[in-house]
Amino acid sequence: MQRPERLTPLGVVRLSWRMLLRDWRAGELRVLAAALVIAVASLTTVAFFADRVGRTIEREANQLLGADLVVVSREPIGAELEVEAQRLGLATTTAVRFPSMVQFADESLLTEVKAVEAGYPLRGKLLIRLQIDAPDFEPGAIPQAGAVWVDDRLLRRLGLNIGDRIRLGTQSFAVAAMVSEEPESSAGFLNLGPRLMMNRADLESTGLIGYGSRVNYRLFVAGDEQPLAAFRNTAESRIVPGQRLESIRDARPEINSAMDRAERFLRLSALLTVILAGVAVALAARRHLQRHLDACAVMRCLGATQELILGLHALQFAIAGLIASAIGCAAGFVCQYALAAVLAPVVGVELPPPGWLPVAQGFTAGFVLLLGFALPPLIALRRVPTLRVLRRDIGTPDTVGWSAYLLGSVAMAGLILWQAQETRLGLYMLGGVLGTMAVSALVTVTAIWLLAKVVSRAGFSWRFGLANLRRRTMGSVIQVIALGLGLMALILLTLVRGDLLASWQGSLPPDAPNRFLVNIESDQTDAVGEFFQARGLAAPRLYPMVRGRLVEINGREVSSRDYVDDRARRLIDREFNLSWAADMQPDNVIVSGRWFGSEDAGRNAVSVEEGIAQTLGMKLGDRLTYDVAGVRLETEITSLRRVEWDSFRVNFFVVAPPGVLDDYPASYVTSFHLPAERSVLMDEIVRSFPNLLVIDVAAILAQVQRMMDQVVRAVEFVFLFSLAAGLLVLFAAVSATHDERVFDAAVMRTLGAAASQLRAVQIAEFLFIGALAGLLAALGATGIGWVLAHKVLTVPYAINPAVWLVGLAVGAAGVTIAGLLGTAKVLKTPPMQVFRTAG
Amino acid sequence: MRASGLTKQVSTGSHSLTILEDVSLSIEPGEAVAILGASGSGKTTLLALLAGLDVPSSGKVFIDGQELFALDEDGRARLRRNRVGFVFQTFQLLPALTALENVMLPLELAGHDRARERAERILRRVGLGERLDHYPRQLSGGEEQRVAVARAFASEPQLVFADEPTGNLDAATGAEIIALMFELNREKRTTLLLVTHDESLASLCPRRLRLSAGRMQVDAAA
Repeated sequence: MQRPERLTPLGVVRLSWRMLLRDWRAGELRVLAAALVIAVASLTTVAFFADRVGRTIEREANQLLGADLVVVSREPIGAELEVEAQRLGLATTTAVRFPSMVQFADESLLTEVKAVEAGYPLRGKLLIRLQIDAPDFEPGAIPQAGAVWVDDRLLRRLGLNIGDRIRLGTQSFAVAAMVSEEPESSAGFLNLGPRLMMNRADLESTGLIGYGSRVNYRLFVAGDEQPLAAFRNTAESRIVPGQRLESIRDARPEINSAMDRAERFLRLSALLTVILAGVAVALAARRHLQRHLDACAVMRCLGATQELILGLHALQFAIAGLIASAIGCAAGFVCQYALAAVLAPVVGVELPPPGWLPVAQGFTAGFVLLLGFALPPLIALRRVPTLRVLRRDIGTPDTVGWSAYLLGSVAMAGLILWQAQETRLGLYMLGGVLGTMAVSALVTVTAIWLLAKVVSRAGFSWRFGLANLRRRTMGSVIQVIALGLGLMALILLTLVRGDLLASWQGSLPPDAPNRFLVNIESDQTDAVGEFFQARGLAAPRLYPMVRGRLVEINGREVSSRDYVDDRARRLIDREFNLSWAADMQPDNVIVSGRWFGSEDAGRNAVSVEEGIAQTLGMKLGDRLTYDVAGVRLETEITSLRRVEWDSFRVNFFVVAPPGVLDDYPASYVTSFHLPAERSVLMDEIVRSFPNLLVIDVAAILAQVQRMMDQVVRAVEFVFLFSLAAGLLVLFAAVSATHDERVFDAAVMRTLGAAASQLRAVQIAEFLFIGALAGLLAALGATGIGWVLAHKVLTVPYAINPAVWLVGLAVGAAGVTIAGLLGTAKVLKTPPMQVFRTAG
Repeated sequence: MRASGLTKQVSTGSHSLTILEDVSLSIEPGEAVAILGASGSGKTTLLALLAGLDVPSSGKVFIDGQELFALDEDGRARLRRNRVGFVFQTFQLLPALTALENVMLPLELAGHDRARERAERILRRVGLGERLDHYPRQLSGGEEQRVAVARAFASEPQLVFADEPTGNLDAATGAEIIALMFELNREKRTTLLLVTHDESLASLCPRRLRLSAGRMQVDAAA
């Protein structure tokens, strides 16, 4: 006979494989395997999908830019960059943009001219029509030489018809079509007036581009991510002053802000899955351990060394983990295709193919979870006293205690921080989970202790049920924590998620402002208000604006040369729009310092937006000196604000209290919602107040709203997996004490307990555990919801009373029903059969 | 108590194994009977069937004129509740309950008032008056078994089944337990059915039945 010590490494592998098969056949590993498969499947689905959707959302947003990346320059862009892009397999095209007068009959109008090359646009849709009342179509080409396409504003303002000839510079062009939709129409605040598109081949003949003209050269680049990233790197190193790189995030703060939130929502769902998966694996591994204590004791008796036992089980888990992770990855891969199919009509563009990274993530996560939560019990298994063969009740796993789960907790923390990809988000989530666990443990121990005192004279079933809980305090605490976390996830996924998403979407209602009106002079404010009222619209609130250049920070002169950051340089070079207000915009949040009180009127104080403060290295208490119309104005930063740039309301980087800037020359700005059918009103207002500039952000607004819808749908789908994981946790938690309950029930059966008595005892136990877990879940969900709303997503969040009711009801009823179903068979099984299998 | 034609077969995969074959017996009230047999002779199975803890492949058991297997699982439990006590080789105490609570359990299940009092009394009777609030794992094997004996006799059942009650105990402790059981048997006028492989233990019972390979043999000494 071969001795265990002499087992060859191959022999150990073979033996663990046989043990794995035996355990599987005996149904021992099913919960653990299911937990791992669901964990890995949900993780990879989220990873696959978040990856693809994230890229799609970004690409979708890029439609506004006409490309994935744009090199913008004041001087003609050398050919090298374009050659480099093409060498990397990227599509390129170029355009030249400049303002120019367009003449028709006796009238002329300042127009934004864009001369494009074949291939334009690389991203997004260009729609034109050949008659004013004809349908839109995609031309798949650019204007032919000698022809131009114009937008409806130019047609209306010059009284043009398609087919007329207009004059641009020294040349005459035929108006061949009307542009209904084009990319870039709102990327950047510079698109003020009407627009015209022409063929770049005609540009030179117009003679419009000469020395000193205000020209904007653009190189558009689009393609796959990797070459794009490579190109970005090259371009960043080669751009010269007067040039900059623009992606959608640089171009539009609204899109940037919305996209950040979209990513956070998706990451949150992934995080939740990670946590639930960890809990499920922990529960399953714990149960596995409990069921293997005897076998290990016997193996020790038969002469197996501790190392051999550890090795055999570790290998067994490793093989199981490998198989489960592979199945999980495959499932995740299939699921994300289904998801992509569901979302395709919404997304509108082809999703990029899934990458391989999520597979690596899935396997890593699977193993981190498995090792983090299965290894500690394994190490305990190794130390099973041989004496257990004689006395079953020594060496119970609970003596392993909390310390063994330290490794698991560290593994979990690592996973959370890794998946969050953002320390703050990860820490909030981690804090929420750990906090909930700690509070749950404390409350459970206290409640069991208190109730045991109170009910010592109560009915038999309550007393007996609670005695069970008290005796198994550790098990009860674990059960309440697991059930609490599972329920918390379900509550977060249903009620809180709905509240958060609704709140986010509510931040951009259908009547969100879609037009900005700038350059209103101080003596026009009343007239502009009357203009709106005369047309049955509410007069929009006007915000004053004074231009000033930042010259000193804390008495030190500032120059764009002091900054490396491109955005910082531009901010310093241009003039700031300073405003004043007594009340803060409702969507702003003070992050440090305090908003102005009435005593601050006339004080040289300013409130600065936190992002720009960070970019320019400003902090609370810094002194900023502005040059306003030749006068130096020294101010102190008394607060930093967070601004919702995607609210489409008028917001300023720098705001002073009333009484500081009032005497400087100011202009006014406003934003308001203009129903689509009344867009002609803007022509009227420009005719009545020729100095006003109207900025149309309807396209951006629609884009952001569309993105929100997509994200909400994606998040809801992704949450389904977290839901599955949550249900698995609940199942694992209920079955965690299943064996003990079955044994107890069999003994009570032997002593003559009727089914009704057994059920009463179980109901008492389950009701207590379920109600407690439900309440703790509601507490955790509310807390996490609040923190997420305020700190991460910056949306308002009202505590939903339904959370508590649902938590209590679902917890108590759900756990009781699930528990009773789980032990129902015991009532029909002869007790001897239970003893025989339970040993 | 009467049993007739008890047969128990279990199927393991394709094979069918007969553990007990056509066993019939009859036990009068107040009798103390030992069922003797080697390991694997089917004696524990017989006990489980007589107590209605398991169901036979065929055959009948009557307790107090009531046919056990005409009842459902719940009905059998109710029957046991009022009339039957158990002592197991592996004690089968509930780990979540103290010694006192374990003994109270059958009394409470049967709805006895003053369950605590009666449980305390019998625990003192078995010499565990000082260990009422101890949990099973705080007790020695002999003490655990004494709790189990106390539990079996607490509700003053007509029948007590004991399955190798000394199997997990050393000889001295085992002898104590057996003495205790016989004392209680006499005190309470209980019918005692003892399953054992130990001839000396069996010899304490006036009547002995011998099982061999699932069949009942008539004991000459009976």
